[in-house]
Amino acid sequence: MSQISRDELAHLAKLARLGVSEAELDTFVGQLDVILDSVAKVGEVAGDDIPPMSHAANLTNVFRSDEIRPGLSQQEALSGAPAAEDGRFCVPRILGEEQ
Amino acid sequence: MTTKTETMDYDEVLERFDPVLGLEVHVELSTRTKMFCGCPNAFGGEPNTHVCPTCLGLPGALPVVNGSAVESAIRIGLGLNCEIAGWCRFARKNYFYPDMPKNFQTSQYDEPIAFDGYLDVELGDGETVRVGIERAHMEEDTGKSLHVGGATGRIHGADYSLLDYNRAGVPLIEIVTKPITGAGRRAPEVARAYVSALRDLLRAMGVSDVRMDQGSLRCDANVSLSPKGDEVFGTRSETKNVNSLRSVERAVRYEMTRQASLLSRGAQVVQETRHFQEADGTTSAGRPKETSEDYRYFPEPDLVPIAPSSAWIEELRSTLPELPWERRRRIQQDWQLTDEELRDLVNTGAADVVAATVDAGAPVDDARSWWVQFLTEQANSRGVDLADLPVTPGQVARVIALIGEGTLTNKLGREVVLGVLAGEGDPDEVIASRGLEVVSDDSALTAAIDEALAAQPDVVEKIRGGKVQAAGAIVGAVMKATQGQADAKRVRELILQRCGAE
Ligand SMILES: [Zn+2]
Repeated sequence: MSQISRDELAHLAKLARLGVSEAELDTFVGQLDVILDSVAKVGEVAGDDIPPMSHAANLTNVFRSDEIRPGLSQQEALSGAPAAEDGRFCVPRILGEEQ
Repeated sequence: MTTKTETMDYDEVLERFDPVLGLEVHVELSTRTKMFCGCPNAFGGEPNTHVCPTCLGLPGALPVVNGSAVESAIRIGLGLNCEIAGWCRFARKNYFYPDMPKNFQTSQYDEPIAFDGYLDVELGDGETVRVGIERAHMEEDTGKSLHVGGATGRIHGADYSLLDYNRAGVPLIEIVTKPITGAGRRAPEVARAYVSALRDLLRAMGVSDVRMDQGSLRCDANVSLSPKGDEVFGTRSETKNVNSLRSVERAVRYEMTRQASLLSRGAQVVQETRHFQEADGTTSAGRPKETSEDYRYFPEPDLVPIAPSSAWIEELRSTLPELPWERRRRIQQDWQLTDEELRDLVNTGAADVVAATVDAGAPVDDARSWWVQFLTEQANSRGVDLADLPVTPGQVARVIALIGEGTLTNKLGREVVLGVLAGEGDPDEVIASRGLEVVSDDSALTAAIDEALAAQPDVVEKIRGGKVQAAGAIVGAVMKATQGQADAKRVRELILQRCGAE
């Protein structure tokens, strides 16, 4: 049974800025279902006594003291940028609105 | 080409609809460093000079949580009467937009650090409204974009954009209200009063400099209308770019009249982000609002959960300051103000700054008159709120002290404050750089007096003959010679002394 529709996949690809062709959509829909089914098997072995976790280390409250540490200079920061202007990263024109 | 948006008369809106508000306030914490890295958290600066691999999202860089920012978040939650989560995590909010170089914002999703609280908000006439707080969560601020080219400097039509990441990663707390219903006619006023009370609270806690003009406190106003008597909420719009208390009030009122007009014509309110236009008080359509699924939130794998112990929470609770409204009640008693006098102080936004000036050592009457008169004039002429003037209560107290000890006259004191407002530094720095100290050195004064006496021998005769009021002419000449920087009272004493008229 399909868990993810072709439309949902197309929408996800758009959100992830991936160029996925019509033919690829057909292929990936089936493949993603296999992946989702496999991951869902974890739910079968995990009982109510096993809380879901998002981190492998059993740690909490790892904090840094509020002290300034040296970072990068403007030149270093921009050194990997394809384009820069006036000390700023230059990016192609953005369509859509600010977040 | 734009067509003029139709609005409905405000009274008619209220006859037919009930407004529902939801306010989201983002506040930048005034920690020394950013949320997840040791870069300085400072306003401005040369672009891309407060950055490191972590806040630039470079491969392999790992975030570490700023403990002070978590403390501030918990204190804010406590100040807003919230529950503090015993265990919570950060989450990734995924979106592609160059203001976050990581392509996600580290935020909190379904596990906010603080939730289910309230803030009691006092309106202009003394009535108190309780605003429910849904949640307060931790996240990071974005970088700043500059859109180049195009006609308007706006994003549409721009040729390209320039990014400065100094602000990316600055600790941010987002505070979200529960739906505010039943405010009716007073909805715009309630929105303003809420943001104002929240700002006062955050300032008193010392967790942020809460400057709306600099963006360290920003408000998004969600507004929807329900047909009168209908419990179901209408479709809401979210207005951004609301940069002052006055704008909060105007934006809410405008949206009410715009949406009412749409609904009454059988049209739909579009769920979208709108931008407030400061110039004419209207809002304009932005992008359609994403649903939260589109952000594909998931727990942040690079950070471990936060689990504040109750001992830690209680320790932080004990650091909460006297709350602004409690302080106002105390001020009223201590200063023996009538309800009306207190309300005037509160409504001009002066109560807290006056109290802080008194706490910094100034006499009550002096502190009141400085803020309510001279500084209110300055705020009005600059179109900013009193508390947003770039002068601190401590600096005002210093000027008052210098006047008290005779180092400054009132006139010079005002000039010193103008210097502080112009960004010339602390009062003492302004005095030094502008050369504003009262001439108090008697020998310098005596030289000026002797010169004036020699120039007007007839006046000297009158004084010696007992007409001491004639000394006024000499005082005037001395004040002119010292460019007004002498203490007139002392000058007069010295003149009488030198004429043997004492
Ligand atoms: Zn950094």
